[in-house]
Amino acid sequence: MSEILDYVLLLLLAATAIGIVRLRGLIAVVMLSGIYSLLVASLFIVLDAPDVALTEAAVGAGAATILMLGTVALTTREEKRARFRPVSFLVVVVTGLMLIYGTSSLPPFGAEDAPAQVHVGPRYLTEGYEQTGVPNIVTAVLASYRGFDTLGEVVVILSAGVGVLMLLAGRRRAQGEKGQ
Amino acid sequence: MDFVDGFATHYNYWIVIILMMTGFYLVIARPNMVKQLVGLSLFQGSMFILYISFAYVTGGSAPIIVEGEQSYANPLPHVLILTAIVVGISTTAVGLALVVRIHQAFGTIEEDEIHDLTRED
Repeated sequence: MSEILDYVLLLLLAATAIGIVRLRGLIAVVMLSGIYSLLVASLFIVLDAPDVALTEAAVGAGAATILMLGTVALTTREEKRARFRPVSFLVVVVTGLMLIYGTSSLPPFGAEDAPAQVHVGPRYLTEGYEQTGVPNIVTAVLASYRGFDTLGEVVVILSAGVGVLMLLAGRRRAQGEKGQ
Repeated sequence: MDFVDGFATHYNYWIVIILMMTGFYLVIARPNMVKQLVGLSLFQGSMFILYISFAYVTGGSAPIIVEGEQSYANPLPHVLILTAIVVGISTTAVGLALVVRIHQAFGTIEEDEIHDLTRED
């Protein structure tokens, strides 16, 4: 069942991505990118990652869509007709083919004996609950083992917020000068 | 590698690469800056799927310890991607604020038009 859902959601994601490339109305593009994030979140549920799915639904589908809609409202709603760029397209296709060739040496999807599954992860799964008392291992790693990294993450959000505020404050100042 | 075999076992990775390249194309080929930022978030989203696919174990369950459950998904990629989502929204927010300022300074957010405007000076 989860394999079928995985297939269907990935196909929907590809369709959404093609829609984003083809549409020129920016509000529609932003809404599609919100749908893309929501599909990604659903896929994370299927792939046994509920914590990541909740974050992606709240941040990717919620906050990012609001920020992009705000930007579209402050700038323009229509993309100018862009000409097709064959060189860019060729670069993208060649890179994609090389990456697909590269996947041939990856272990199959869902393999239990893949190198990523046998080294560090099992240690957290077997000892994490005893050491921290938190049954959700993702939370245990995030808040306990790597608490300082999470603090660093908060610093990143703070500096991004300060950056956005400074940029938009400059906007208001410039508008005031124009009005005088 | 047998093509059909490769498709069945690496389906997730292949679609991830297609999504990634779609975002890449938007970033390098489209002059509209909002579209470029949407392309960047497509790219990011595909990267998240790649990592969560690495963590998945067939027949496993979410990494929340329950008695009697033997097989879990790997928790470490989940933690990495939680951090990446938050850092991603921060960079997107700064990018969008820059787009608003560029629109105010040049009256357009099309890259080629800005290029023409700055060349005339």
